[in-house]
Amino acid sequence: MLTGTGITAGYREPVVTGVSLTVRPGQTVGLAGPSGSGKSTVARVLALLHKPFAGTVEIDGEEVTGFRFKAAQRTRIGVLFQQPRLSVDPRFTLRRAIAEPAGDRVEELADLVMLTGDLLDRRPHEVSDGQLQRACLARALALNPRYLICDEMTTMLDASTTAALVGVIRAYQERTNAGVLAISHDSRLLARWADETVTLSAPPPR
Amino acid sequence: MVNLEIDRVSVRFALGGATVEAVNDVSLRIRPGECVALVGESGCGKTVLASALLGFLPGNAETTGSARLGELDLLAATDQELARTVRGRQIGLVPQSPASHLTPVRTARSQLEEAARVLGGDAESAARRAGLLPEHLDRYPHELSGGMAQRVANALALVGDPWLLIADEPTTGLDRDLVDGLLDEFRRLADDGHAVLLITHDLAAAHRIADRIAVMYAGRIVEVGPAHEVLDAARHPYARGLANALPERDFLPIPGQPPLLTDLPDGCAFAPRCAQATALCEERPVLTDDPHAVACHVPC
Repeated sequence: MLTGTGITAGYREPVVTGVSLTVRPGQTVGLAGPSGSGKSTVARVLALLHKPFAGTVEIDGEEVTGFRFKAAQRTRIGVLFQQPRLSVDPRFTLRRAIAEPAGDRVEELADLVMLTGDLLDRRPHEVSDGQLQRACLARALALNPRYLICDEMTTMLDASTTAALVGVIRAYQERTNAGVLAISHDSRLLARWADETVTLSAPPPR
Repeated sequence: MVNLEIDRVSVRFALGGATVEAVNDVSLRIRPGECVALVGESGCGKTVLASALLGFLPGNAETTGSARLGELDLLAATDQELARTVRGRQIGLVPQSPASHLTPVRTARSQLEEAARVLGGDAESAARRAGLLPEHLDRYPHELSGGMAQRVANALALVGDPWLLIADEPTTGLDRDLVDGLLDEFRRLADDGHAVLLITHDLAAAHRIADRIAVMYAGRIVEVGPAHEVLDAARHPYARGLANALPERDFLPIPGQPPLLTDLPDGCAFAPRCAQATALCEERPVLTDDPHAVACHVPC
């Protein structure tokens, strides 16, 4: 189980206060809420990329004590971001981006996300957002994460690519019983994708 | 009243050793009072077409065809003609990811007032029309949320009162309420006699405001027609697959991947992914000439 309890987090000022959230193995939890409600902040805390001011994160019963580079459990959680272009080193070919964590499993992972051989030798500026997000998904699955956090993963993608990537994630969950946290402001997408959805409320006006 | 008449426009980029066929033989007419949505997945040539209309293509681009705005052919016009008579005055562009197009060291007001001075518009009223309050204008770009930055970009595009507004993926990254508000603003502009070209991968957005939808695949328009017909009774297998992939419908992807624009097949570019493809599809289909047009040998 991936659990956040009483999370208060932000950047100097708190963005979210006292948020608790649980993702069980095999389950897909949706996280919704308007712009600025702190969805991405919660995602970053649960991905161990951002240290909360207060509250605890537990992974499969183990309490997390260090965040960012100090987090021993980082590799148990895979993350996908909204903008694949900001998430891949522009000097890397897609093959190298996937190989960083995957080593010699690149071909197998590329097959999984339906990236064909020719595309693997291109750099990010030579492929579309959809193709680049496929590479990011392959990279995120490379270390067989127990949990996958998708922060607005589909915002840049057309309907067909969205359906394809969600399909890949579902197949991975069936195989490995991984838990997924799916963040989106698209309620129609979450209604179709998630088993249950948690909604954060709008921030108080500043 | 002027129309925009895009006639058989193609755009090619020469890359070392390869040619990228980004836009192929696109024809489209946009009239005042009309909102046309250009829909397709990322990398299908939508933004390149918009850049061609405004003379924003890089130096290695070659264009053929014409895009007539009244007497002026936008593709043949010099940069000076475009700068003095077209950009901001006749065609306003709302660029993709607006926050990155604002000058980071100047307030929204200073940028908008400069545009108003150069184009001869009124900054206050453009800001009001875009839904901005005076206090928003005193912020720097990094102090604006995504939705506010979008409104500043809209105000900048509208301040010269152009008759055609080209909005490139304006809804990306905004939540549904902001998207709906923004789209309704575009619809109001069309109802006021402007023309709107909405470039998007978001079918729901296109459906909400467009009079007509043009579906683009591998640089070609494969289907164009009244919005509800294209979405609810698509005739091209790609357009049908795209509509059916929506989460509120089948939520199933179209199998396969789009072709590389450097290596397009001679026949129908969608045929390798198409369940209905026959031997006929080895020849390139031509877009029919009716109100709901399709480029397919075996339409649905």
